[in-house]
Amino acid sequence: MILDDFFARAMLAGIGVALITGPLGCFIVWRRMAYFGDTVAHSALLGVALGFAFDVDPTLAVGGVAISISVLLAVLQQQRWVAVDTLLGILSHASLSVGLVVIGLLTWLRIDLMGYLFGDILAVTEADIYRVYIGGAVALITLVFLWRPLLAITVHEDLARAEGVKALPVRLALMILVALVIAVAMKIVGILLITALLIIPAATARRFSSSPESMALFAILIGMFSVAVGLSVSLNYDTPSGPSIVSAAALCFVLVFSSHLLTKGVRRWLNRSG
Amino acid sequence: MKGDPKRSDLLASVKHVTLSRNRREILKDINLAIQPGRVVTVIGPNGAGKSTLVKVILGLITPSQGQLWRRPGLSVGYVPQKLNMDPVLPLSVHRLMTLTKRASRDEVHKALTETGVAQRIDSAVHGLSGGEFQRVLIARALLRRPDLLVLDEPVQGVDFVGEAALYKLISEIRDRRGCGILMVSHDLHVVMGATDWVVCLNRKICCEGEPERVIQHPEYAEMFGHQASSFAVFPHHETSHADDPLDEAVCDEPVTHGRSAL
Repeated sequence: MILDDFFARAMLAGIGVALITGPLGCFIVWRRMAYFGDTVAHSALLGVALGFAFDVDPTLAVGGVAISISVLLAVLQQQRWVAVDTLLGILSHASLSVGLVVIGLLTWLRIDLMGYLFGDILAVTEADIYRVYIGGAVALITLVFLWRPLLAITVHEDLARAEGVKALPVRLALMILVALVIAVAMKIVGILLITALLIIPAATARRFSSSPESMALFAILIGMFSVAVGLSVSLNYDTPSGPSIVSAAALCFVLVFSSHLLTKGVRRWLNRSG
Repeated sequence: MKGDPKRSDLLASVKHVTLSRNRREILKDINLAIQPGRVVTVIGPNGAGKSTLVKVILGLITPSQGQLWRRPGLSVGYVPQKLNMDPVLPLSVHRLMTLTKRASRDEVHKALTETGVAQRIDSAVHGLSGGEFQRVLIARALLRRPDLLVLDEPVQGVDFVGEAALYKLISEIRDRRGCGILMVSHDLHVVMGATDWVVCLNRKICCEGEPERVIQHPEYAEMFGHQASSFAVFPHHETSHADDPLDEAVCDEPVTHGRSAL
């Protein structure tokens, strides 16, 4: 059976992750939520720690903590005491630190911390694959339903509200989706790098896209390509899986971005001499 | 407001609206009514609460006191003040037009024709000039067949020639569609010709009336100082008689100018 092979399992899970991080990542890029993604991802470690401490399924615990952080942020955004990015910085690093402290306190616990932080292809189980595909399918279907209102509030929230879009539930749903996707993707790319898999393929895809939907599609393809390349490198050279995938994605971005600058420069030069 | 129009000819009104934030009054005891076929322009300095008042009328902000009334079933078209399209979001004009309302390509094309930018239907939004973008946004609002059109600073990012053309377009829309228009502006020179009723706002309504009366009002002169006196140099009737064929011809020039620049 193909699922007996750890590499096939990791590849299958990684491709499932790319399917959802592509379109969701587009919204992260369009709505400038990269720091929010980081914050929720960092809180995932606290989720892992609490999961072990109270003997709850780690994905469930991570999802719970991530959603709580999202809702907390949505509520705290209303205050004017500190700026939102300060708030994100506090929550992000505090939850990461508290997570590490709790793991340190659980002296009986022997976990591979590096695996959680940076991903581990050896650790992907068959159950993880189901998690990725079931969680991913739920997230993808929700995103399809929310697509139009989300796009409308991304362009201009007041305009969308004046035209009858219920902005608050839509915004909250997006935050919860981010939390859900982080919970299922954590094992493949790791807590510290999950945001990269959300934003790098999406940012790279912008170069090829003329509509929001095509950008989402290209983001999926670039994400899958990065996963395939990254995992192969990880397998052959024994490098950590998350950083390998993210490096592959970053390489795509650099190539695409420099080709963009190059064609722009050449065009300008031609215009000047012509 | 002059006279007291019956509710049946009103599109929307606010009565004694006060809005406070952090114990500061942003709007104080505002009364305003909008009728079909008339352009009401709110002018005032920065921070006067113009956009806030617009948002109260749109139902986006609930006032601390007072009432907002809108005719049941009223359809509203809105052009917000700041709409910065991030180029990282690829969006065509057609797509922007149909973000919240599904419409056939024909309908979209017709609305864009009305504002003179139909040839841009498939262009990327971030490639438009300031004037084109505002025209697309107005067309977008028209697509909803509005009884009430709300335009918050509709000429921002538009050059001086384009401004005059845009205000002319707005009067034409009023004449053609008979919708009520609520407009916010801070430039006085051009707006006067395109409006039926002017409200000077500085947290409270300082003065209001027909444009030619308002400019003579002492509160108005105080609010706008030197700008007001420089405005007086331009006789108002030159721009107000848009139905005069001669004036029409004169006014047409900037329109073609504005369009050829597109």
